[in-house]
Amino acid sequence: MSPARLHPLLLGYAIFLAFVLVAPTLIVALMSFSAGVLLRFPPQGFSWRWYGYFLGADTWTRSIETSAEVGAATAAISAVVGTLMALGLVRGRYRWPQLLNGLVVGPMLVPPVVIAIGLYFMFVRLHLVGTYSGMIAAHTALALPYVVVVVSSSLRNFDRTLERAANSLGAGPVRTFFKVTLPLILPSVGAGALFAFITSWDELIVAYFLSTPAVRTLPVVMWGAAQDTTDPTLAAVATFLSVITVAFLLIARLLGYRTRAA
Amino acid sequence: MASAAVSTRQRARSGADLWALLAIPGILILGAFFLLPLVLMALRSVTDPSPANYLVLTSSSIYVRVLVNTFVVAGCCTVICLLLGYPYAYAMHRAGPKLAAVLTIAIVLPFWSSALVRSYAWLVLLRENGVINGWLLSAHLIATPFRILRTNTAVIIGMCHILLPFMVFPIYAAMRRIDPTLLPAAAVLGANPFRAMRKVFVPLSLPGVYAGSLIVFIVALGFFVVPALLGGPRSMMFSELIVTTVYELLEFGQGAAMAIVLVASALMALAVASRFVRLGDALNYGSR
Repeated sequence: MSPARLHPLLLGYAIFLAFVLVAPTLIVALMSFSAGVLLRFPPQGFSWRWYGYFLGADTWTRSIETSAEVGAATAAISAVVGTLMALGLVRGRYRWPQLLNGLVVGPMLVPPVVIAIGLYFMFVRLHLVGTYSGMIAAHTALALPYVVVVVSSSLRNFDRTLERAANSLGAGPVRTFFKVTLPLILPSVGAGALFAFITSWDELIVAYFLSTPAVRTLPVVMWGAAQDTTDPTLAAVATFLSVITVAFLLIARLLGYRTRAA
Repeated sequence: MASAAVSTRQRARSGADLWALLAIPGILILGAFFLLPLVLMALRSVTDPSPANYLVLTSSSIYVRVLVNTFVVAGCCTVICLLLGYPYAYAMHRAGPKLAAVLTIAIVLPFWSSALVRSYAWLVLLRENGVINGWLLSAHLIATPFRILRTNTAVIIGMCHILLPFMVFPIYAAMRRIDPTLLPAAAVLGANPFRAMRKVFVPLSLPGVYAGSLIVFIVALGFFVVPALLGGPRSMMFSELIVTTVYELLEFGQGAAMAIVLVASALMALAVASRFVRLGDALNYGSR
C-alpha cells in the first residue's frame, strides 16, 4: 500500500494520537531535570539534583537492586522454562490443547489483584512473603506466558527441513537441537527473556502484596511515595523505570526483526 | 504433506510424545503459582469462615455501586478505545513502512511501560495546579482551573492510554489478513471508495474489532493502579475494594469471595463474547 493513499486527515490524526500516547512520559522525563522545587512544565533550569536525591537514598537504591535481581532471575527462569514449554506446545500433541492454552494465557487475563491476593494467601502459609524466592516464583508465573507466546510464534515459522538435514548428516536429536534449532530461535528466546524482565520490572500489585520493608521492588517503593507526594524525585524515579523498560523493549524488537529475517 | 501425515500417525501409534514432555516444567510453574493459588482462594471464599462471605456484597450498597461503576468504566474504555483505535489501526495498515514503524512503536511503548509510571504522569498533567491547567490558564482559555482528578473522567483517560494497544493490535492483525485485491475489485464492480469500505473492508475487519473489544473490556475490569492513583471515592473500582478488604480490613475470606466475584464477572463477559470471537485472535497481541 502506498503512503500517498492515506487520507491527510487520517494521517494527521494518527500522528497526533501517537504523540499523545508518548507525551505524558516524555513530559515527566523533562520535568525530572528541573532545577526548581516544584513540578513545572516547561521545567525551570536544568539539574540532576532529583536524580541525586533518588540515587542517594538507601530506600531507593536498595529497591533498585531488589528489582534488578528479581527481574534477572525471573527472566532467566522464564526464558529456559518458557522455551521448553513453547517447544512442547508447538511440536507435542496433547489430549486437551485448549486447556493448556488457557493455562498459558490465564495470567494475562485474570485480574492482577486476584492473582496477587491468591498468591499472598498461599505464601503467608508457606512463609514466602518478603522473600526473593517467593517474589521470583510469582513473577515467573506472570512472565512465562510472554516467553511462550514469542518463542512459539518463531517456532511456527521454523523450517524443520533444516533439522531433518542435520539428522540425515548424522546428528542426534540433542546435537540437532543445540547446533541447529536453538541458534535459530535464540533471538526470540532473548526477546522473550527481555519481555519477562520488563514484566517483573514494571509489576506493582503482586510485588506490593508479597513485599516486606526488607524486600521491596522499585515500583512498590514508588507506589508508597506516590500516595502522598508528587515531588520531582518521583519524576526521576518514573523516568529511570521507563528508560530501562524502553531500552530493553527496543533491544527485544531488534532481536524480533532478526528472527524474521532469518 | 503426505510425509507429515505418516509421521503423525507413527507418533500416535508409538504413544510416547517426547516433545509434549518439554512443557511439563512450565505447566508445573503455572499450576503451582497461578492455578493453585486461585483454587485455594476459591476454597477459602467458602470456608473462611463460611459461604456467608458472599453475603458481604449485599451488606452495604457500596459493593453493588462499585461493581456497577467498574462495569461502566470498563464499558466506556472499550467504546473510547474502539473509536480511537480503529482509525489508528487503519492508518498503521495503510501507512508506508517508515510511518508504520513509528506508529507501531508509539503503541507498543505504552503496552510495555508501567501503569504506575503513566498514572503518575497523568496525575502530574491533570492536577489542579498541573501542566494542562497551567497551559490553559496562561493561554486564557479557561478562567479557573478544571478539576477532573478523583473522577471517572480522569480514571478513563488514564485507563484508555494503557488499554489502547489491546484494541489496536487485534484490529490491525485482522486488517492485515484482508486480501488487498478486494477493494480494487469492489471499485471495478462500481462501488465508490466509501461504499467499498463499508461493504467490504469494515465487515472483514470485524473479527479484530470483537477480539479487541473483548480484551479491553476484560482487562479493564481488573484495573487497580490507575483508579487508585487518579480516582477518588466516587470513582472506585472493584479491585480497589478487594485490596482494601484484604490489606486494610484483613477480612481474608470476604476478600477471596470478592475476588471470585470479579473473576466470575470477567468469565461471564468472556462467555457472552465467545459467541462472536475466536479467542485465539484476541490473545496473540503479546508477540508484537
